[in-house]
Amino acid sequence: MEDEPINIVLFSGTEDRLQAAAVMASGAAALGKKVNIFLQYWGLEAFRKDRISTSLGLAPEAGARGAALVAEAAKAGQQPWHATLRVAKELGEIDIQACSLSMDVLKIEEEDLDPLVDGVEGVTAFYLNAGDGHIIFI
Amino acid sequence: MSTEQIAQIVDAKGLACPMPIVKTAQAAKGLAPGQLLEVLSTDAGSTKDFAAWAKATGNELVEQTVEGGVYRFVLRKK
Repeated sequence: MEDEPINIVLFSGTEDRLQAAAVMASGAAALGKKVNIFLQYWGLEAFRKDRISTSLGLAPEAGARGAALVAEAAKAGQQPWHATLRVAKELGEIDIQACSLSMDVLKIEEEDLDPLVDGVEGVTAFYLNAGDGHIIFI
Repeated sequence: MSTEQIAQIVDAKGLACPMPIVKTAQAAKGLAPGQLLEVLSTDAGSTKDFAAWAKATGNELVEQTVEGGVYRFVLRKK
C-alpha cells in the first residue's frame, strides 16, 4: 500500500453524507493511512459547536423511505457521524481543516467550531498536504 | 482450531461497518508482534474487509470461521 494520504473534501452537510465521510475516514485510519479532511460550505457549517449534535437532515434522494431506514439504523445502535469521526481520530492520523473561504462566506470564527476541527487553511495548503493521494469529494 | 493463546478478543457482534474493522485496528495497536487477536462479528459485509485489512497492514489472517451467524476471525499482529 502506498504511503499517500486519503484526502476528503467535505462539502455536504447532511447527516448521511457526513456519515459517509466519517466511514471513508475510518476505513483509511484503520489501514494506517493519514487522512486530510477539508471542510467547505455546508460540511463546515455542520461542525459548528451549536450545530454538530443537532438534526442536520438527509440528502433529497433519501425521501421518506430513506429517512425511516436511517432512523431504524440509529435506533439499532449506529452512532452519529461525529461520534464515528471522533473514534476514527483516536485510531489514526486525521487532520480536519476548515476552508478559509467558507469561513469568510459563512461568517464563522474558529471558536465557533467543534474541537474536531484542527485549523483553518486555504485550498493551496490542502493540495500540498494531499500530495499524490486520492482526493474524494463528498 | 488454533491452540495458541488468544491475547485479546474483540466483540464486534451487532456492530456495522466500519466499526468491526475500526475496533480491530484499535486492538491491534496495543498488541505485541506475534500476538493473536480474535474478533467476533455479525456483519456479513465485514468478511472481505478483514481479509483486505490483513493484506494491507501485513497482519496475518490466521483463521476465519462462521457459526450460527457469528463470524470469527483470528489475526496475528505482524
